[in-house]
Amino acid sequence: MTTETAPSSLAGVAASRSSSRKPGTLPMGAGLEARGVHAWFNKHLALRDVSLDFGFGTVTALIGPSGCGKTTFIRTMNRMHEFIPGAAMAGEVLLDGKDIYAAGTDVTKIRLQIGMVFQKPNPFPSMTIGENVLSGIKLAQLKVDNKDDLLEECLVRAGLWSEVKDRLGAHGGSLSGGQQQRLCIARSLAVKPRVLLMDEPCSALDPGSTLRIEDTIGELAKTMTIIIVTHNMQQAARVSDYTAFFLSDGGPGQMVEVGPTSEIFSRPRDKRTENYVSGRFG
Amino acid sequence: MTVKPRKPWAPNRKDRVRTLSVLAVAVFGAWAVVSFTGLSGKIGFIFSFVLIYTLVQAIVGVRLRGSKALGDTVAQSIIYLGSALVFMPVASILYMTVTKGIKGLHFSLFTASMSNASFLDPVGNGGLLHALVGTLYLVLIAMVVSVPMGILTALYLTEIKGKGAGFIQFVVQAMSGVPSVVAGLFIFTSVILVSPLKTSAAAGALALAVLMIPTVTRTSQEVLLLVPTDLREAGLAMGATQWRTVAMIVVPAARNGLITATILGVARIAGETAPLIFTIGGADKLNMNPFKDYQSALPFYVWKGLTLGTPESLQRAWTGILILLILVLSLFVAARSLGGRRMAK
Repeated sequence: MTTETAPSSLAGVAASRSSSRKPGTLPMGAGLEARGVHAWFNKHLALRDVSLDFGFGTVTALIGPSGCGKTTFIRTMNRMHEFIPGAAMAGEVLLDGKDIYAAGTDVTKIRLQIGMVFQKPNPFPSMTIGENVLSGIKLAQLKVDNKDDLLEECLVRAGLWSEVKDRLGAHGGSLSGGQQQRLCIARSLAVKPRVLLMDEPCSALDPGSTLRIEDTIGELAKTMTIIIVTHNMQQAARVSDYTAFFLSDGGPGQMVEVGPTSEIFSRPRDKRTENYVSGRFG
Repeated sequence: MTVKPRKPWAPNRKDRVRTLSVLAVAVFGAWAVVSFTGLSGKIGFIFSFVLIYTLVQAIVGVRLRGSKALGDTVAQSIIYLGSALVFMPVASILYMTVTKGIKGLHFSLFTASMSNASFLDPVGNGGLLHALVGTLYLVLIAMVVSVPMGILTALYLTEIKGKGAGFIQFVVQAMSGVPSVVAGLFIFTSVILVSPLKTSAAAGALALAVLMIPTVTRTSQEVLLLVPTDLREAGLAMGATQWRTVAMIVVPAARNGLITATILGVARIAGETAPLIFTIGGADKLNMNPFKDYQSALPFYVWKGLTLGTPESLQRAWTGILILLILVLSLFVAARSLGGRRMAK
């Protein structure tokens, strides 16, 4: 029964969201663009030929079954892929029209602009809540005029300020899972990234925390580009402007289809996308 | 359409040329310093090389990536140089042992003992079979005694955490500081003088075990602590007893680390001479019975050759060191390949 109702309700969610917010438009060459991205682990081709544009101020959800290369893909977007021994890639990732894989690129500067939130909340255990938020400033040796203002701003934007403002000196580990994840989001905001990659940020959280993080994503999208990997299609429908469907047919993962979220959930062009979003497989 | 995998993050040709140029500048600069200033000799060369290399590397890094790269490049060159400084003595010891020891190698080394030859004879006379056999006995018996004891103690300390854990932890720590000659004296007074086990390979192995147990225990403890608690809980949650959980989940998960613990223990004892002085007697003839009569060992053979001090006896000592080195290395390789076999995915 749920399989019958799922598509229409998801489409409804997606449609209401799209009408309420217009995705930002951007001048040519700005934003983040993947051009023919392939990714290997040793000889194993994990991701084949993905080209995707992420306009400034948009939220793009990457959906698809496990093992289809979603996480590998977002890890190529801020050059985290190369930390895995034996990794290789092909293609280009353009930030403002410049290839982040070009020779002579300073990787640390790239990662300052393209932040990441991980699947498991990972606040630094030796630091307090306040220190966690400002850790990026210290790690990247940045200068800020007013640390207190920045601290408050980041926590407010991550939707955590009211809950922690009286205990900024407590350790990050004393927070609940959902709070820890919002702390990690606040932490990644402090260095003012232009793109935020989120790898299943809510997979370990309860529905309340999930909703709060989704609100946060909506707020953040006003000033940055967000790419979110999720297994929760309701979530994709709720938060994203565009949705890309990834699939692996036993071989390397590929992108099957991308489009405005409302269209992907109401009238997908590809049969496989339709099967997946309607819950018939995957 | 095929796309070639590439690694844009790997150093490209330009980076390699740059690295080599920095090295060349540093070598040349150090040479210049040594030739034209008061700072001379090998130490002076190394000192000025380190200084110039770090400096040039820092300048290049800052020019390429801005002032924030300063710490990165300086730390990197210090780490490179540090590892080179550690590697140099090892390389020099290996080089010395191989070049000096290889001259005394001949076939009858492995077939003859010193029963019909003297250390002062020409190097071709006699061999070190007795010492080789003795060392094998010593290492094997010491392993048989201390690996189970060490790992069980570590299991007591990490898994059972019984009432005596604190005290045992303290004893293990104290034991790792025991001078090796004391271990030999301990076995001499507490075993050889009072029990039926007299001077023999087994008595020597017991003395070595005294040294090996704390090393194995402490290393095993560290690797057992690295096994995630989740795994233990997953085993226990399926209704397993603690013993089954430890034996089937915790120990296999820590398997490679436990092998390392054993290797470190063997490394600790294989070259020991002092604990053997009171315990194995130091025979010159082959003794195949590890529980009776005087026995020899490679370190003992080396020690004897060194103390005599003639060119022939010194040559024997160098060859003995080389054989000991090869023996220990092959034990390590064997342990790694036996232990690593089931871990391959």
